Amino acid sequence: MFALASYHRAETIDQAIEYLSRDPRSIPLAGGTDVLIKLRKGNSAYSRVVDLTAIPELRSISLNRDGSLVIGAAATFSDLLNDPLIKDHLPVLAQAAATVAGPQIRNMATVGGNICNGAPSADSAGPLLIHNAQVLLQGPEGPRRTPLEKFYLGVGRVDLTPAEIMTGLAVAPEDYQGWQATYFKYAMREAMDIATIGCAGGVLLEAGRIKDLRLAYTVAGPTPLRCPTAEALARDRVPDAALLDRLAETVLADLQPRDSWRAAKDFREHIIKILAGRVLARILEDGGVSL
Amino acid sequence: MMTRKISCTINGQAVTLEAPVGQSLLEMLRDIGLTSVKEGCGAGECGACTVLVDDAPVDSCLFLAVRADGRAIRTVEGEAGPKGLSPVQQAYVDEGAVQCGFCTPGLIMASTAFVEQNWDRRVSRDDIRRGLAGNLCRCTGYVSIIRAVEACLQPDES
Repeated sequence: MFALASYHRAETIDQAIEYLSRDPRSIPLAGGTDVLIKLRKGNSAYSRVVDLTAIPELRSISLNRDGSLVIGAAATFSDLLNDPLIKDHLPVLAQAAATVAGPQIRNMATVGGNICNGAPSADSAGPLLIHNAQVLLQGPEGPRRTPLEKFYLGVGRVDLTPAEIMTGLAVAPEDYQGWQATYFKYAMREAMDIATIGCAGGVLLEAGRIKDLRLAYTVAGPTPLRCPTAEALARDRVPDAALLDRLAETVLADLQPRDSWRAAKDFREHIIKILAGRVLARILEDGGVSL
Repeated sequence: MMTRKISCTINGQAVTLEAPVGQSLLEMLRDIGLTSVKEGCGAGECGACTVLVDDAPVDSCLFLAVRADGRAIRTVEGEAGPKGLSPVQQAYVDEGAVQCGFCTPGLIMASTAFVEQNWDRRVSRDDIRRGLAGNLCRCTGYVSIIRAVEACLQPDES
């Protein structure tokens, strides 16, 4: 039995905000695969919950009229894996979703929970960061949006104000149309494991040149991080093996991997460099560029 | 603890009951006698508590019972029909995929969902392993389990 001190099931977003405002100690509950484990370990900070999973609009994945792709915060990893819009427009997010845990957890855990728990290892974060995802939020003051990069504040900390919930994530058309992307999760096991290092890369090619390039890493700092220095270096360059080598040497400029029981800092740095080359080479080869 | 009234179907039968809000689906099912549902780790790692909710496998240890409201729950107790074992259960018997048996109900349910989702596709042994990645078995070494699932996907036409 979980020691739940209070449980409310919201049926609309407004109702969820109302419940959360009424009890400042309460927290949103989505898939439960993190919250219930913390509660099971006796952490009473997770004992007052507002269940968001009965709000239908939080689970939908749709294309707006302006072409932006909107992913409901309570979409599960299985939803991401099977959704035709994600497959067509954001396949790298489906690719990352497939690396999360096993089928049982993917049927429960949500993309919103994956982001809002602030884990540096979130598998959905890399793909969403390279596609410049905007976080859609709603609270007592109304709706607001913020770039995912700014939403992350630190380990386990995100920019959620009191009684505010993440309603979804939006990706603008210019941030997915024409982009080729891939995700590589380096972990000790091929399933049911947390990334030692995760790397998502995206390239926008135009007439044989790199019009834009984006790289994001997980477990390489207190939050999932982009690599602006390397990205600037690649812009408007003709891709070749020498450029990939330089990028691999540059990515660490924006990252702060550290020692943990999972892996040592120098080992992580090595994996980070290797993955930059591997991820970008795979994208370029898939895009028909011979290196 | 606060309770909520839930109505769902369990192995095809309509059920209405009062569930404490902190009760897991695992506890609820065991309380009504469906003790095939096993608690291994209690943390979503081992899959021994796997049941199907609307035909999708979930770890019932991390699934609040109140969330079963309006859903169709399947456990291994409901898999055998009047003609005997389900094809997946029979394949486990035929391949000797059961040793101590603790993981078996969960694995049967995960395998059943996998077979139902993939019966019309060609799948590799790696696909089967990925499909069963959420279930641990400490006895068999998995080879007989993979063979059992494979047998369900490739009907013997001889």
